[in-house]
Amino acid sequence: MVPEMSDHSGTSSLSEDSTQRPLSRRQVFEQRQKRRSLLIALASSLAVIGLLVVLIPQTPGWYKVKRSFFNGPILDETFPALLRAFVKDIQIFLWCAPCILVLGMLLAICRNVRSPLLFPLRLFAAAYTDIFRGIPVILTILLIGFGIPGLGMDRPWNSPYLWGSVALILAYSSYVSEVFRAGIESIHESQRAGARSLGLSTSQTLRHIIIPQAIRRVIPPLMNDFVSLQKDVALISLIGPIEILRQAGIDKSKYANFTPYVGAAIIFLLLTIPETRFVDHLMSRERRRTSGTAVR
Amino acid sequence: MTPKILLDDVHKSFGTRSVLQGISIEVAQSEVIAFIGSSGSGKSTLLRCVNLLESIDDGAIFLDGVDISAPGLNPDPVRQRIGMVFQSFNLFPHMTVLQNVSLAPHKVLGQSKKESESHARELIARLGLSDRADGYPDQLSGGQQQRVAIARSLAMNPEVMLLDEITSALDPELVGEVLDVVRELKSNGMTMLLATHEMGFAKEIADRVCFLHEGQILECSSPKEFFTHPTHQRTQQFLQRVTEAGRL
Repeated sequence: MVPEMSDHSGTSSLSEDSTQRPLSRRQVFEQRQKRRSLLIALASSLAVIGLLVVLIPQTPGWYKVKRSFFNGPILDETFPALLRAFVKDIQIFLWCAPCILVLGMLLAICRNVRSPLLFPLRLFAAAYTDIFRGIPVILTILLIGFGIPGLGMDRPWNSPYLWGSVALILAYSSYVSEVFRAGIESIHESQRAGARSLGLSTSQTLRHIIIPQAIRRVIPPLMNDFVSLQKDVALISLIGPIEILRQAGIDKSKYANFTPYVGAAIIFLLLTIPETRFVDHLMSRERRRTSGTAVR
Repeated sequence: MTPKILLDDVHKSFGTRSVLQGISIEVAQSEVIAFIGSSGSGKSTLLRCVNLLESIDDGAIFLDGVDISAPGLNPDPVRQRIGMVFQSFNLFPHMTVLQNVSLAPHKVLGQSKKESESHARELIARLGLSDRADGYPDQLSGGQQQRVAIARSLAMNPEVMLLDEITSALDPELVGEVLDVVRELKSNGMTMLLATHEMGFAKEIADRVCFLHEGQILECSSPKEFFTHPTHQRTQQFLQRVTEAGRL
């Protein structure tokens, strides 16, 4: 990869200056340095990629791998069905995400209550997050997805979509509640003092002063969790629904070829790479805002 | 006449560190008291105790003859009557100046949003910040932020103001604009307790100056008396050091 050069905000003002007066010796030096590091990055990337492109096809099994994983005609044939199945993943994501946000926030608030009367709530929230953070998501999905329909309830209460989604919501709300909790705890005590000194109650302080600031602060890490959720929706395939991973599995058996898996991976990347880039952008903006200029 | 505020043998410690060791003082209506003393002498803790931000270990604090330090008492109604301004402003960064000032009257006093905002605009104008009303705190200078903090406190119509080193975080040229506001408050008869390092200001504005040392009030007298004839040796030493540092 080529390093991002656009980050050096100094470049534009430099070139503006240069129209008025010649560059100083220092500026000439820095420009040369910048060009040099760009060239080195480019050359080393090309060398590595070129080596891989030349070497991998030399391996004895390459022609087999190519046939069963990177098979163009099969990809063409299966891709539309994969895309259609992916709509299901997006649907599941879209109804899970708001539930996770609300439940995660409620849990975080429960863990912050100080009243002794509400201690059971706090205990419950702590146990909840401990349990669901400690179990692999896939196990939660299997246990809930196979366990609860076993109670023999009628449609729609035995739907794997429903219980798969519930499992995702349980697991992810515990992660998200930890993010919210960290955000709430990161707000400086002086904000609380400022609010309380005006006569605001504990809950008014939480609602109007602490939580709005906490949410702003945790948006980037929160987005990270939602990118993970986007991928983990595919785990629901294990309990039945025909979403993209399951569809890929069906096509794999049909064609006796792994290319549909590669197709599914491509579809995920088309969505998650822009998402993660966006999160990175948010995070670096937050970092610039809070920690001043970068040191070279 | 009942004193506006009465502190009776107030003790406060954090763990094993004893910060206030028997503070007693009477503050009359409209009186201005300046607490001075080196860092760690307990000035800030004293003010925070009066506003019930810290609970006291022993003794009692009275407001208009009512014990506000009684255990189990709801602090919120008391805090509505006692405003506090902090060294580091403690403004709400996610709210505009107008929202900072109008929040508490709207939420705590139950004023309508419109009423609280028009009142807030008046206060903001009185403190010379009209053009900043819709800006955010981090767009303001330190002096402007501290004036907003004072406006925020005044919006609750407090009977007493606690000013905790309100100029310590300001650039020297911004101190004046904040002190002007305090002068105006005094001329309106506000009862004030202030912790300060501004000796000149304490001399000018306070009715009494009190010297705190290791959690005790060593002496309390009129500014003239205090700065010309300090009786206690510690006070003399402190004033000497301050004078040498060019702060008096």
